[in-house]
Amino acid sequence: MSNFSQMFVEEELARVEKPEKREPLGLLFWLCVGWIGLNIIGAILANFLPLIDPLYQNYNTLNAGPSLHHLFGTDDLGRDIFSRVVYGSRISLSAGAGAMLIGFGFGAPLGMLAAYRRGRFDSILTNVMYVFLAFPAIIATIAILSFWTPRSLLKIIIVIGVASIPLVYRVIRTATLNVATKDYIIAAKVQGATDRRILLRELLPNIAPIGISFLLIGVATVIALEGSLAFLGLSVLPPTPSWGNMINESRTILQQNPWLAIFPSLAMCLFLLCLNFIGDRLRHHFDVTEVKL
Amino acid sequence: MLIGIVFIISVGSFYLIHLLPGNITTVIEGPGASPANQVKLFKLLGLNRPIYEQYFTWIGNVVHGNLGVSFISQTSVASTIRAALPIDLEMILLSQIVSFALAIPLAMRAARKPDSWLDRIFSAGSFTMLSVPNFIVIVILVLFVSVKLGIAHTGPSSYVPFNQDWIVNLESMALPTIALAMGSFVVYFRVLRSDLIATLQEEFITMARSKGISQRRIMWRHAFRPSSVALLGAAGVNIGSLLAGGFIVQYLLNIPGLGYTLIAAINTSDYLLVQGIVLVVSVGVVLINFIFDFVINIVDPRISRE
Repeated sequence: MSNFSQMFVEEELARVEKPEKREPLGLLFWLCVGWIGLNIIGAILANFLPLIDPLYQNYNTLNAGPSLHHLFGTDDLGRDIFSRVVYGSRISLSAGAGAMLIGFGFGAPLGMLAAYRRGRFDSILTNVMYVFLAFPAIIATIAILSFWTPRSLLKIIIVIGVASIPLVYRVIRTATLNVATKDYIIAAKVQGATDRRILLRELLPNIAPIGISFLLIGVATVIALEGSLAFLGLSVLPPTPSWGNMINESRTILQQNPWLAIFPSLAMCLFLLCLNFIGDRLRHHFDVTEVKL
Repeated sequence: MLIGIVFIISVGSFYLIHLLPGNITTVIEGPGASPANQVKLFKLLGLNRPIYEQYFTWIGNVVHGNLGVSFISQTSVASTIRAALPIDLEMILLSQIVSFALAIPLAMRAARKPDSWLDRIFSAGSFTMLSVPNFIVIVILVLFVSVKLGIAHTGPSSYVPFNQDWIVNLESMALPTIALAMGSFVVYFRVLRSDLIATLQEEFITMARSKGISQRRIMWRHAFRPSSVALLGAAGVNIGSLLAGGFIVQYLLNIPGLGYTLIAAINTSDYLLVQGIVLVVSVGVVLINFIFDFVINIVDPRISRE
């Protein structure tokens, strides 16, 4: 082998090696965390903030552009868009959080238990979950919501939440399997630790990073799904604002008042981008092997 | 496995009708129907028989291609679906051609020098695009492209089938194709890029390099082939989700495919049509996944042996 090719190979190999130290989280990460926090606070405290009533129709200012009085302008009924975006975040956020609460509430303990116990319990449960995973969840969600009238936020949360259980189960089970064979788990077993202690004190902290990053990405997915449902008229009923509802309402008057589409879209995209970014960063930071979704 | 899944789907779609509040006869005859007529219809529809018997009658008809006759439009559900399905298939095919044509060369460029400025721009851009829901992409497309360029997207009645006038057909397909292709492109780009980076670190690539094989040949013949398995896997899942999730695009851009028909059926309470579309699309998605698994096994025999 010539010197040249030797050098070439060395360089190639050097590219292979992964950095030993953890990737830093970076400024952008904390900016995203701040933005998410701000949104959550806004959604919780919307009633106490000095906002115009999101349902108040002011016929003197229809389709107004952004101004000092109406930060984001007004819609075709003279309602304040800024106030509606803030109130709309309540629906989107609670749909995301609620559905993931159900998904993780059932999927995560089952996934951990199945991966820890193994045996028949694991194989039966995993097969059942895989059958449900093969079912196109979005079609099932639409079908159930269109038949299950009258529609409400709670029903949306329940349907999406239940539909997400198999996916959460799969991710958590795979993550637990990777940890359960590690030496320190065996050591804990040998020392006579109870199952409860191993599950809660040894396994849980070690799969928490992957769980949390998947949780955040899941919340983002549900928020986008709620938006899609709003387009089909399957989300909360108007005049209650949600980001999806607002974008849907804006379609008919897109030419006259593009602000009505732009601000809720921006609010939604920025929120989803931040959630995905935080989730992605966390996963890389804790250097967990990637789970194929 | 496949049979089990299809069975569960069929039971699920069958049972949907029973989720309706109250009685299906009220839905058909309206709230003012007389009780005597309701009882008559109840018997006519066979709703007085046990539920498993109803299921077997229904599934027997379905196997023979009979999905029932819509209460609302009095047309056969199967023929409505048969008219709409080709539109979905055309939309998916066009968007897949566009997204593959873009994703493969770009992913190769990006993977050749990971962390170069080109790679960083594409990775950051694709990450951002992954976070944008497709209905927002469409609203933006309508707002800035179709209005400015004057591309028509009027109504479902103005839709022209491909074999009638292919130029007009492709014009109306342009926006939905772009909208769907954007989403697919991002997924394919990211999957292929990360898989190519991993493949390029394998020893056989180093070996090929040291033999002096050209970069172009290494990328296509040595690296792309093993990495195409990951791409196929992503394509299977993605095409399935396009079939199931194409309704937003169709609804917003007035393309009368299955998704559009589904939403129209939901809005007019045409429950038999909803049931039929749910069944066809669900089985379609499962079949697509199954076919792709099969193709991947042929392309890469290692997977089935593992």
